[in-house]
Amino acid sequence: MSAIRELHRQLTSKERSAVEIAQAQLDQAQAVEPKLKSFVSLTAEKALAQAQAVDAKIAAGEDIGQLAGIPIAIKDNLCTKGIRTTCSSKMLENFVPPYESTVTGRLDEAGAVFIGKTNLDEFAMGGSTENSAFQTTCNPWDITRVPGGSSGGSAAAVAGGQSPVSLGSDTGGSIRQPASFCGIVGMKPTYGLVSRFGLVAFASSLDQIGPFGRTVEDTAILLEAIAGHDPKDATSLKVKIPNYTQFLKKDTKQPLKGRTIGIIKETFGEGLDTQVGDAVNAAIEQLKSLGAAVKTISCSKFDYGVSAYYIIAPCEASANLARYDGVRYGLRVQESEAPNLLSMYNKTRAEGFGDEVKRRIMIGTYALSAGYYDAFYLKAQKVRTLIKQDFDNAFKEVDVLVSPTVPTTAFKAGEKDDPLSMYLLDLMTIPVNMAGLPGMSVPCGFDTDGMPIGLQLVSNVLREDLLFEVGHAYEQSTNWHQQQPKL
Amino acid sequence: MTAAAPAKPSATAKYEAVIGLETHCQLGTETKIFSTSSAAFGAAPNTHVDPVTMGLPGVLPVLNEKVLEYAVKTGLALNCQIAPYSKFDRKQYFYPDLPKNYQISQFDLPIAEHGWLEIEIIKDGEPVRKRIGVTRLHMEEDAGKLVHAGSDSLSGSSYSLVDYNRAGVPLVEIVSEPDIRSGEEAAAYAEEIRRIIRYLGVGDGNMQEGSLRCDVNISVRPVGQKEFGTKVEIKNMNSFSAIAKAIDYEIERQIAAVEAGEPIYQETRLWEEGPGRTKSMRMKEGSSDYRYFPEPDLPPIEVSADQLNEWRAELPELPAAKRKRYEEVLGLSPYDTGVITDDRAVAEYFEAAIATGADTKLVVNWIMSDIAGYLNAEKLSITQIKLTPEALAEMVKLIEDGTISNKIGKDILPELLNNGGSPRKIVESKGLSQISDPAEIEAMIDAVLAANPDELAKFRAGKTKLKGFFVGQVMKQTGGRADPKLTNQLLSKKLAG
Repeated sequence: MSAIRELHRQLTSKERSAVEIAQAQLDQAQAVEPKLKSFVSLTAEKALAQAQAVDAKIAAGEDIGQLAGIPIAIKDNLCTKGIRTTCSSKMLENFVPPYESTVTGRLDEAGAVFIGKTNLDEFAMGGSTENSAFQTTCNPWDITRVPGGSSGGSAAAVAGGQSPVSLGSDTGGSIRQPASFCGIVGMKPTYGLVSRFGLVAFASSLDQIGPFGRTVEDTAILLEAIAGHDPKDATSLKVKIPNYTQFLKKDTKQPLKGRTIGIIKETFGEGLDTQVGDAVNAAIEQLKSLGAAVKTISCSKFDYGVSAYYIIAPCEASANLARYDGVRYGLRVQESEAPNLLSMYNKTRAEGFGDEVKRRIMIGTYALSAGYYDAFYLKAQKVRTLIKQDFDNAFKEVDVLVSPTVPTTAFKAGEKDDPLSMYLLDLMTIPVNMAGLPGMSVPCGFDTDGMPIGLQLVSNVLREDLLFEVGHAYEQSTNWHQQQPKL
Repeated sequence: MTAAAPAKPSATAKYEAVIGLETHCQLGTETKIFSTSSAAFGAAPNTHVDPVTMGLPGVLPVLNEKVLEYAVKTGLALNCQIAPYSKFDRKQYFYPDLPKNYQISQFDLPIAEHGWLEIEIIKDGEPVRKRIGVTRLHMEEDAGKLVHAGSDSLSGSSYSLVDYNRAGVPLVEIVSEPDIRSGEEAAAYAEEIRRIIRYLGVGDGNMQEGSLRCDVNISVRPVGQKEFGTKVEIKNMNSFSAIAKAIDYEIERQIAAVEAGEPIYQETRLWEEGPGRTKSMRMKEGSSDYRYFPEPDLPPIEVSADQLNEWRAELPELPAAKRKRYEEVLGLSPYDTGVITDDRAVAEYFEAAIATGADTKLVVNWIMSDIAGYLNAEKLSITQIKLTPEALAEMVKLIEDGTISNKIGKDILPELLNNGGSPRKIVESKGLSQISDPAEIEAMIDAVLAANPDELAKFRAGKTKLKGFFVGQVMKQTGGRADPKLTNQLLSKKLAG
């Protein structure tokens, strides 16, 4: 059952007021917060004010939209006017944006209720939230494990019942991977479908904002609200946004008849946890039983995705993060510590950024340096083109590609101290960003430790409709999404 | 660097200078290149800023379409090839006046390339024309401005303040080929760029306010040598004459150094207007690594053939074409041509005036002397005066056909400039038309001679200079309306008789 539809029903039937819903949600979020640490900031004041405005509309007899009064958690790299936006970095610990991101602006306009700003890996760089300068968020299914990342706070908040839906951002898997680890639905739209204005940039050509929910339907409703052209983002696409829920078929017997699903061969190789592989194979069987034809597809350049990504993303990041210099806003070391401009730059950035951010700035700076540009950045861009071609060819044959979202289930906090082993977790999600495609992770089982497993669905550019159709059909034929962690 | 003694004139002739200019022109758009904040000059510090200008987290650049139009038009005016596909790149370096610590510029695919412009220098009254190649023109954002506290320069100041009003103001950078050989040519080139910018209406080219800035690259080599000498960059010239002086100084300095066997260092030197010399600012060791890469926040720029044709059709007649036409078709002197074509508005005023058939040379003279004097004194532009070009033509024709004298023209001009109106009507209403009836003038002369017997006697005794006195008397009697030529003729006859 869609949480958004249920809350909307309660509001329109006057069973509960928006303020009551908001207060209950805030209470729940607060109660679980000491265990999960999903939030950098809870924004009760804002939430209640938004809820009151919705109640006033209802009282005045006005129609309210589907998102009015719906609580939502927002990743703390989305700028919210007047509300601290930290990117989980010391650099922006006290940064309060004087402007609203397009996405949160649209949600505010739609009457959504902002519960709080969620934790992430610093500047969205990481896959566990362990790179947050403030706290590591815990996985609601096992609080000794990570929720994934970088949108770990947003995923944990939904899985842990702190918010019915949330927003994340996905540069190389930062929505889909935590969705998989936390047993919820997470989707990354086509690059350019959702405006990036107000999303603190990590890697501009890869970043995309997307929704988390407990059901595919919730993500469809949320995407429809945030998608669409924005004149403030030159890379945002000028396309008409369909009503995504129309693609959620009511037929439960053979809803996928006529669809062809492609299994990406390369994602079933070495390094894939057998339990994850078994669960995904079972999901593929399920898709067949729903009427889909299935074939195996080779995306031979898939394996180069991680290498190319870890050139392109750091290159863009090294430039995007250059603005954090202590001159205009954010952290600035005391003048007594830094007597001149250069030392102010150096010490501010040394103090303000964590290790992973520094590592990527250094990789990117190096890779863009004279004499290395062709060997690294240019080569990586060529790989990107080849990956895109692989997908183009695949989509001539199939409607949707499937793979595990992540090769493993959530790991224990502190377990992975080698950055490279962390990077390899993005193996299956990264190529999707490199090609600018939409992707989704839906729950498809649990391992013997009770940790959730995710199925990744990928479609061609602007074919979100297929993800919702296939994702919903699969979801409705299983009960994975109805499981809830015991906190 | 040690300042070498000036080169001997004999040495100078053995060398030639090789000079190229990098010119930054601000484009006169209302808003900035990538944001909606005002691009106007002169506001209180940090008031023409917004989140995009300040490089706040999460904000994005969006290209101001007017900037593309202006850049393309400038490129076309400079005879460049316009790239159907170009892109923006990030040029990275840390400096507090650069909000993002990278500048959005164009690197390997500029909007315009392979152009030229023609300069005209008048030598002994004859126009000498020369083509200067334009390597490329690209769009970029301007940086903010540092104000150093406690000192004029960075060294010695205790802290610096930043004003980001200028950050994000649109610029085109125009790079010339190393075709320039003297300070005079360089100044002519820079002036021509400004003239083109102003003709197009894409910028004001104001050097004092920094909306036109020129950096000079200069080296010297023995005449006949193909290889370039070591290149030195000069900055900080705030006028065209400063460009010429700085280059001439630098040529002398470099020749003297070479003659003395001293090395020329690859460096940046600042022009110091007061003492009139260049001074070393910093050494350039190799080229800086700006770590350029394509700007991912902006899609590539595509200019369709239709769009290009539309913009091309909107170009005005450009200064070089105008000069050629004035000299060759209208027969103006190179000097007059230069003065009239310097400002498009003046040229258009002139053209409107002569379109009615008024004498070209007379119109030129009126514009260059009396009208120019008035504009200077009142600090007005020609578009602001009440005297329409048609009225000027009318007045010139009244003079041409003898209805009024030149002097009457000068007398009524202030009224026309201040209040406008028709010269013919003013002449009629004030009874200012010229007296050209010989009988009437003759009578007047007789009366003057009769009234001044002493002067007449002195004249006849040989003091011929007194003729002027008699002319003056006739003019006085007629309020200046007597035809001066006729008056002179008749008076000579009378005095002789």
